[in-house]
Amino acid sequence: MGISKAALAGTLESSDIQITLSPAANGIQIELTSAVASQFGEQIKKVITQTLQSLGIDNVAVKAVDKGALDCVIKARTIAAGQRALGQKEPAWEVL
Amino acid sequence: MAETEERLRRTMMFVPGNNPAMLKDAGIYGADAIMFDLEDAVSLAEKDAARDLVYEALQTVDYGDAEKVVRVNGTDTPFYKDDVRAMVKAGIDVIRLPKTESAQMIQELEKDVAAAEKEFDRTAGSTHLMAAIESAKGVVNAVPIATASQRMIGIALSAEDYTTDLKTHRYPDGRELEYARNVILQAARAAGIAAFDTVFTDLDDEAGLQRETEYIHQLGFDGKSVINPRQISVINAVYAPTKREIQTAQMVMAAIDEAHEKGSGVIALNGQMVDRPVAMRAQRVIKLAKASHLIDEEGTFVEK
Repeated sequence: MGISKAALAGTLESSDIQITLSPAANGIQIELTSAVASQFGEQIKKVITQTLQSLGIDNVAVKAVDKGALDCVIKARTIAAGQRALGQKEPAWEVL
Repeated sequence: MAETEERLRRTMMFVPGNNPAMLKDAGIYGADAIMFDLEDAVSLAEKDAARDLVYEALQTVDYGDAEKVVRVNGTDTPFYKDDVRAMVKAGIDVIRLPKTESAQMIQELEKDVAAAEKEFDRTAGSTHLMAAIESAKGVVNAVPIATASQRMIGIALSAEDYTTDLKTHRYPDGRELEYARNVILQAARAAGIAAFDTVFTDLDDEAGLQRETEYIHQLGFDGKSVINPRQISVINAVYAPTKREIQTAQMVMAAIDEAHEKGSGVIALNGQMVDRPVAMRAQRVIKLAKASHLIDEEGTFVEK
């Protein structure tokens, strides 16, 4: 499933990650900015991809600006952005 | 009253629910309880994101022995139900209800919590409750609120809203809070639960924090809410027993052990009978002394 509107979650503060999602048609495309991209880039992208997939989103353009977020923060911000993009109000119980 | 054994609650540290850096570090400051805030510290547009973030942090971050508390949004908001469900699913220790004004509000929260425990396969009764009292109506109903549920572990005074409700504001000497503090303390003790004092908001006035903590310690409060980790050591120092208090407590405990060994029902120390309140106070002093790292597990004084 794709998304119909763009959405954003997270901030640019230390230990956070800002996830911006916009509609796209070529699978999950992630553009990551992170000071630790060379060490942890693949892991960060993996968490984002898995979280989006469990929300049922598989066509989306992702812009991720990482400020040293833990995996649990990356997951939480991706859930928030994904649900906002899907217009879902109730928490995604099966994804949390 | 949800507990059989008394737990130390000298400090309850507020952590804004939408701040990853503070959520990550909240466990390292030695607060007895950590209160994740989904209410006033989170803007309306970020309620969903904060709930997701606190949920995920609770799955991952190790908060040690600290009691994990979450302040949910009020019952009159659209966020309340999902806050409660998500936090029960996350396995939170305590849900703190803001702006509590009646026993009925706690009873409704209890129903919602019980339903969520069932929905998410958590042990029935494992989620405890506490009430923040923030209005004159809440103070008037402190006893029914404190005794509203078997899950209750404490009630807290929240002075900013309360003083506004009273048509006053906070003064350095705290006289405007005298009535509420005493009512809340009495209600908590009558119900056998903890009493938490309000936050001290002027971070630059350490002497003021110490003075206020000494006052609420004298009244009998379990502890105080804190908004900055820097306040924790000041409060813990006020709650730390003196060497003399510890030595007396150790003698009381030794007398109790000796009486048990002899099979004697009557406990005596220096020719005086040790009755139950003295024994209970001694137990609390020992617990505080250990928590303050003044004595070790064997009761030996730690050299500083």
